Amino acid sequence: MDPLRRSLSPCSSRPTSCEMLGYVGIEAVLDQLKIKAMKMGFEFNIMVVGQSGLGKSTMVNTLFKSKIWKSTPSGLALGPTPQTLQLHSMTHVIEEKGVKLKLTVTDTPGFGDQINNDKCWDPILGYINGQYEQYLQEEILITRQRHIPDTRVHCCVYFVPPTGHSLRPLDIEFLQRLCRTVNVVPVIARADSLTLEERENFRRTIQHNLRTHSIDVYPQQCFDEDVNDKILNCKIRDRIPFAVVGADREHMVNGRCVLGRKTKWGIIEVENMEHCEFPLLRDLLIRSHLQDLKDITHNVYYENYRVCRLNESHMLPQGPGWVNLDPTPASPPAIPGPSKGCRWAQDNPSEEY
Amino acid sequence: MDKEYVGFAALPNQLHRKSIKKGFDFTLMVAGESGLGKSTLINSLFLTNLYEDRQLPEASARLTQTLTIERRGVEIEEGGIKVKLTLVDTPGFGDSVDCSDCWLPVVRFIEEQFEQYLRDESGLNRKNIQDSRVHCCLYFISPFGRGLRPLDVAFLRAVHEKVNIIPVIGKADALMPRETQALKQKIRDQLKEEEINIYQFPDCDSDEDEDFKRQDAEMKESIPFAVVGSCEVVRDKGTRPVRGRRYSWGTVEVENPHHCDFLNLRRMLVQTHLQDLKEVTHDLLYEGYRARCLQSLARPGARDRASRSKLSRRSTTEIPLPMLPLAETEKLIREKDEELRRMQEMLEKMQAQVQQSQAQGEQSAAL
Repeated sequence: MDPLRRSLSPCSSRPTSCEMLGYVGIEAVLDQLKIKAMKMGFEFNIMVVGQSGLGKSTMVNTLFKSKIWKSTPSGLALGPTPQTLQLHSMTHVIEEKGVKLKLTVTDTPGFGDQINNDKCWDPILGYINGQYEQYLQEEILITRQRHIPDTRVHCCVYFVPPTGHSLRPLDIEFLQRLCRTVNVVPVIARADSLTLEERENFRRTIQHNLRTHSIDVYPQQCFDEDVNDKILNCKIRDRIPFAVVGADREHMVNGRCVLGRKTKWGIIEVENMEHCEFPLLRDLLIRSHLQDLKDITHNVYYENYRVCRLNESHMLPQGPGWVNLDPTPASPPAIPGPSKGCRWAQDNPSEEY
Repeated sequence: MDKEYVGFAALPNQLHRKSIKKGFDFTLMVAGESGLGKSTLINSLFLTNLYEDRQLPEASARLTQTLTIERRGVEIEEGGIKVKLTLVDTPGFGDSVDCSDCWLPVVRFIEEQFEQYLRDESGLNRKNIQDSRVHCCLYFISPFGRGLRPLDVAFLRAVHEKVNIIPVIGKADALMPRETQALKQKIRDQLKEEEINIYQFPDCDSDEDEDFKRQDAEMKESIPFAVVGSCEVVRDKGTRPVRGRRYSWGTVEVENPHHCDFLNLRRMLVQTHLQDLKEVTHDLLYEGYRARCLQSLARPGARDRASRSKLSRRSTTEIPLPMLPLAETEKLIREKDEELRRMQEMLEKMQAQVQQSQAQGEQSAAL
């Protein structure tokens, strides 16, 4: 440690060769991390929830600029709407500038489409908890894998239909349950049917509804680490839910080729901030907060799940290599001895174990 | 003096004058999930502000909201003709998490109006019958779905034999032209598949001119109507003021036939088919209800009443008009029948006794 301190201190009594020695090369560690990350690649799991026709598949395609999903245009007979909620995931590896991203998107067709939508959130919660369980099982093995495959849902994007009034009962019920289990980012879907004024009013109403029902969406206020985070996240929180429009076709506008929707009265450009807030969503999910989403999922939601499960650890199934992580013995001491712990038993002879 | 001129060519004018004096009344029902632009469209259609005092419920209030039926009335006058428009609204439809049977209050409401009319028609004072029957139901379909949702199908099946249905795609400015066509086709296919009878526009006469026929065909093709509503006038520089919705990428003009079917809907609902809707309601739907209702009362008790009734000059096979086709009144009628029967039996007994005593008297006199 001493040579390090000497080289770091500005007032060194060494001659000019100190300047050469002044550079340690700690910054190179960042490069090492980068190289390693690029070799390993990143994983990101996102879930999209919302009624059919709100543009979920199109939004995913637009976000990741590749045809991850064949978006289902309305009107084409794709078969009847599923009678019960089904979940299906697709994994794609997309690459940009040498960085590989293993993206898993989970869709929830059939959500909220039935006449009776009671308990339609149960399959979704079951799936998310199932992924946590899978990770937990891998984690408690004696010989673990070097890199546990992470299938936990890092972010759930909830599509709110653009009614312009307020959150519907179904939205409230679902969000209340989900925000305790996973990062939730609500968005106003198909926002091209709302004027700017209507969007603002709708946004304020939704924010009010979320506060009234104690729904804590991402970015959560309690996880802001420092002042910079707070400032950045406050700006984001002011604009949540983002009013988004998705499109996977390109059109020519003023000589540029843009992604957009062409109508008889104009072209809605997806990446134009004056038209919709898609860039904000993209920046949040991918450019600035992707790692944060993963960290919160791992450090908060997964840990909560783990603690809950370990508290009921006597119910944890004993698979191969299972370790009993429960420190306290299951059975109480049979004979009261002269130990401290049992003095309590002697003091309260009436207490039954 | 023209001997062949009788003068009844002026009859339509007489009808015209009488109708103007009488005025028209029309009951329109709007149904559909909340947030599909129903109130805005109604205000745009009739250029009124029917929903001025409306208070949208808070999200927490909606959690426990049940379907209610609200009626609003407005008198519209244009060109000397008065129309008394009654609007029936169904707030709370399709809002809850569990929407099972949420269409039952609506069905009951429509039937109650028929019942009321049946009662009035069968009553004694038929001079001023208030026609509160629902003449037309505008059903709003979401532009974001993939056609009709299960709830839409359930509602339409419950009411299609009781009211004229005109399906409408609300907030149609959310769709690109290609999407609108695909959605309309999908809805038409679904309606056929589920055998839902929507209001059928009568075919225009063969002697109408080509232009009119083309317009008529175009209108029929554009069902369900994809509408956009707005009461705001957009004044862009350089262009004339239009009613529309201003977005940052352009302005949707409500009255532009290339942008949406609002003009078609207005023409059809108000200008050309208002009277036909009322006639279909009366001749087809109401008569259907009446026949069903009266047939359900065609039980042996009812027929006996007919034969016993002295005032009835009709044949026994024809069922007399019931006073009130309700369950409690049925009970009352049955009780009265019982009483009548008992009284008749007593009468017969008394008659028999009198005859007997007469006979005895004669016998004793003879002896």
